[in-house]
Amino acid sequence: MLASATVSSTSTMAPAPAALPQEVPYLLEVVNVSKGFPGVVALDDVQLRVRPGSVLALMGENGAGKSTLMKIIAGIYQPDSGELRLRGKPVTFAGPLAALQAGIAMIHQELNLMPHMNIAENIWIGREQLNALHMIDHREMFRCTAQLLERLRINLDPQELVGNLSIAERQMVEIAKAVSYNSDILIMDEPTSAITDKEVAHLFSIIADLKSQGKGIIYITHKMNEVFSIADEVAVFRDGAYIGLQRADSMDGDSLISMMVGRELNQLFPVRENPLGELLLSVRDLSLDGVFKGVSFDLHAGEIMGIAGLMGSGRTNIAETIFGITPSSGGEIQLDGLPVRITSPNMAIEKGFALLTEDRKLTGLFPCLSVLENMEMAILPHYAGNGFIQQKALRALCEDMCKKLRVKTPSLEQCIDTLSGGNQQKALLARWLMTNPRVLILDEPTRGIDVGAKVEIYRLISFLASEGMAVIMISSELPEVLGMSDRVMVMHEGELMGTLDRSEATQERIMQLASGITAIH
Amino acid sequence: MNAITENKPAVAPPKTKSRRRFPTELSIFLVLIGIGLVFEVFGWIVRDQSFLMNSQRLVLMILQVSVIGLLAIGVTQVIITTGIDLSSGSVLALSAMIAASLAQTSDFTRAVFPSLTDLPVWIPVLAGLGVGLLAGAINGSIIAITGIPPFIATLGMMVSARGLARYYTEGQPVSMLSDSYTAIGHGAMPVIIFLVVALIFHIALRYTKYGKYTYAIGGNMQAARTSGINVKRHLIIVYSIAGLLAGLAGVVASARAATGQAGMGMSYELDAIAAAVIGGTSLAGGVGRITGTVIGALILGVMASGFTFVGVDAYIQDIIKGLIIVVAVVIDQYRNKRKLKR
Repeated sequence: MLASATVSSTSTMAPAPAALPQEVPYLLEVVNVSKGFPGVVALDDVQLRVRPGSVLALMGENGAGKSTLMKIIAGIYQPDSGELRLRGKPVTFAGPLAALQAGIAMIHQELNLMPHMNIAENIWIGREQLNALHMIDHREMFRCTAQLLERLRINLDPQELVGNLSIAERQMVEIAKAVSYNSDILIMDEPTSAITDKEVAHLFSIIADLKSQGKGIIYITHKMNEVFSIADEVAVFRDGAYIGLQRADSMDGDSLISMMVGRELNQLFPVRENPLGELLLSVRDLSLDGVFKGVSFDLHAGEIMGIAGLMGSGRTNIAETIFGITPSSGGEIQLDGLPVRITSPNMAIEKGFALLTEDRKLTGLFPCLSVLENMEMAILPHYAGNGFIQQKALRALCEDMCKKLRVKTPSLEQCIDTLSGGNQQKALLARWLMTNPRVLILDEPTRGIDVGAKVEIYRLISFLASEGMAVIMISSELPEVLGMSDRVMVMHEGELMGTLDRSEATQERIMQLASGITAIH
Repeated sequence: MNAITENKPAVAPPKTKSRRRFPTELSIFLVLIGIGLVFEVFGWIVRDQSFLMNSQRLVLMILQVSVIGLLAIGVTQVIITTGIDLSSGSVLALSAMIAASLAQTSDFTRAVFPSLTDLPVWIPVLAGLGVGLLAGAINGSIIAITGIPPFIATLGMMVSARGLARYYTEGQPVSMLSDSYTAIGHGAMPVIIFLVVALIFHIALRYTKYGKYTYAIGGNMQAARTSGINVKRHLIIVYSIAGLLAGLAGVVASARAATGQAGMGMSYELDAIAAAVIGGTSLAGGVGRITGTVIGALILGVMASGFTFVGVDAYIQDIIKGLIIVVAVVIDQYRNKRKLKR
C-alpha cells in the first residue's frame, strides 16, 4: 500500500522550493519524528518545517496523522523518536505549558472554553493580571482584553459570558486567546469548521497580520479553497507518513488531491458479483431541522451504498434519523413500498434496521459488562418472553456468532473492555447481526481497528450483501467507500451533493463533491 | 457463513490472561468476617465474653439490619442505573404512618380514622406498599421525563414525604395496632421478608431482561437506547421498585415497633446507600450486586452492634462508621483500576 504511495508521490513532487532565501532560519523543524500508540503507528518518520512570516497548510485524510503531529509540536504528546528544533536548537517539551512558554500556541479543533466564565477570564486563565495584593485585577484584565479584541477587530465585550456566544464567536475568542500568548508559532486545527464565510474572511485578515509580524502559522484544513487563498506552502500527510511539501502557488486542486489520496486500492476489498435484489428502502426528501435536508435515495436488497462526506456534513445524522434516534422533521421513509414512521431505535429494530454506531465507546459498548451481555442486548426481547432470559439458547447463539465473526475472546464472560478494538467492533457487529436485520447501517465500521480486522469486516460486509442484506456504509476513508460500495452518496454541510455509481466514482470526484466545489443534481 | 470463516485469522488473540475468578463478594465477605473477629477479640478483652457466640445479639442485629437492608436493595438498583435515591428514609416514614393509621384496633378511642378500625391486615399492608410505589413512580417519572438529576428529584421527595408524614397526624404517633398487623414485625418475620426480597431481586438482576437492562442503562445510557431499550420507561420502573421496597420497609418497621411515627427511618437513606456502596455498587453505574449489598448491610449492622457491645461511645461510632465507608470505596476504586490495567 505504501509502496504504491511513494511511487505516485515522487512523480507529483517537485524539488523543495528554493524561492525563499535560504539564510532565513526555520522557526521550527520536525526531524524524523515517529509516534506509535498501542497497536498503531500514528506517525512514521515524518518531517516538517515552518518559516517565519509564512502560512504552512497541512493536509491529509482523517487519520493521516496531522493532529498527532500537531499535538507533539504543542507538547501534548512526546515523540517516540526524532526531534523538534526551534530556531535550529533541539527542544523537548515536557507538557503543553512548556511549548507555550517556548512560543508555540495551538487552537484546538474542539473548543476548550469555559462557558460559565466571561471572555476575559477565559483568555487569561492561568495567567491572570494581579494587583499589589495578589488579587485578580479585573479592571486591568478587561482593559487588556479590550485592547486585544480591538487589535484583532473582534467586536465583543470582554465581560460577556462565553456561554452566551455563538459557536463562531467562541471560535474567534479561541483565536484571540492563542494570539494573546504572543507566540511565534500558531497552530490552527481546522479553525473554520464552525464559522461562516464572513468570519473566515476576518480570520484570514488576522492571519495576514500575524504573517506580516513574522509569525509562523501551521494551518490544518480539509478545504481546498482555503489552502489556495492563504497558504504559502502545503505539506501533505497520508497514513502517518510525510508525503511532501510544495509551494502552494505551484499546485492546483487536482495535483493536491492526487497527492493526498495517492494510494491504490489493492486486494483489501473483496470482489463482488451481485445482482441487485428488489427495492427495499426508499428515502424521500428526508430532513432534520438545522442539520440536513433534501436527502433522497433508494436502496435495494444486496446493495452496498456508501455515504461519504467530511465530518459534520450530516452523514451520521442521516443514519441516526433513519434509525429513530433523532426522528426526522420532514420527508418520508418507505420500506417495501410502504411508508414507515420510526421514532425510536426500538421501532427501527422491529422493522429490521440495525445501526453500528460511529463512536464505539460513546454509543456502542457497555464497558463494564461481559462480551456475552454486550452481544445479546439488542436481541434480548426475543429471548425473554416471560421476563426470564433463556440463557442457554442465547449463549449458544452468541457462541455461534463469535465463531462466525471470529471474535477473539478468552470467554464470553470476559469483560469487553479487555478486548482489542477490532474484536470489540466485531462483537458489536454480532449484536446487530443477531437481530437478522434487512437494512444494516454501518457508521465508520473500521475506525480505530487494525488492518487485519478491517479486512475481515470488509469480507463480512460483502458476504452479508451477497446474502441479500442491504447495507449503508458511512466512512471517512475514501478507499474504503470506493472499494466496498455499489454507489456513493456524497454529503456536504447537510446537503446531498450527488450520488456516484461505482463506475464513475473516483477519490477525486468524491473529494470535489465533499468539499462543496461542485454538485450533481 | 462458511465463506467468511475460510480465511486465515488476521488478528492475534488478545493478550488477556484468564485469571482465576473469585466472586466479587468474596473480599467484602472476608471483611465482614474480619470485623466480627475483631469484635470477638475485643469482647474477650473488654467484657470477658464472646461477641459472636451470643445468638440473641446476632438475631437482634440481623433484625435491625433487615429494614435498612430492604431500602438498600432498592437503592442498589437505582445506583446501578447511575442514579441515587435520597428519599427512601422519608418514604419509609410516610408509608409507616399511613399503614399504621389503617391498622388500628377499635378498642382505641382516639384512632386516626375511627370508622376504619379492625380492618383486615392486607388493607394497611397494601396501602403502605402503594404509597411507597407511588412515591417511587413520581421520583422516576420526574427524572425520566424532565431529565433533572436524580439527586435533586429524590432530595425533593425526601423533604416532601417527611413533611407529609408529619402533616398526616400533625406529628402524633399512631399506635394501638392490631395483632395481625404487628405479627409482620414479630420474631424472625422481618429477616425472612428481607431475605426473600433479596433473593427475588438477586434473581431479577441476574437472570431477567429487567436486570440486563438495568446494568445496560448504567453502563452506557446512549448505547442502551441505540440497542432498542426504552430507557425512560425502565428508569421509572427501577425507581418505582425502590419506592415499593421503601414502602415495604415502612410496613415492617411500624409493625415491629407496633406504632407509626413521622420520625421513623431518619437518615436511613444514607445507611442504605452506604450498605450498597460498601457492598461494591459503583456510583458511576453499571456495577453492583444484591449479594454485595446484603453483606454491606450486615457490615453496618455488625459494626453498630459490636461498638455497643464493646462500649464505644455513640459519637465515636459515627466517626468510625464514616471512615469505614470512605475507605471501602477507596479500596474498591483502587481494585477496579488494577483490574482495568491487567
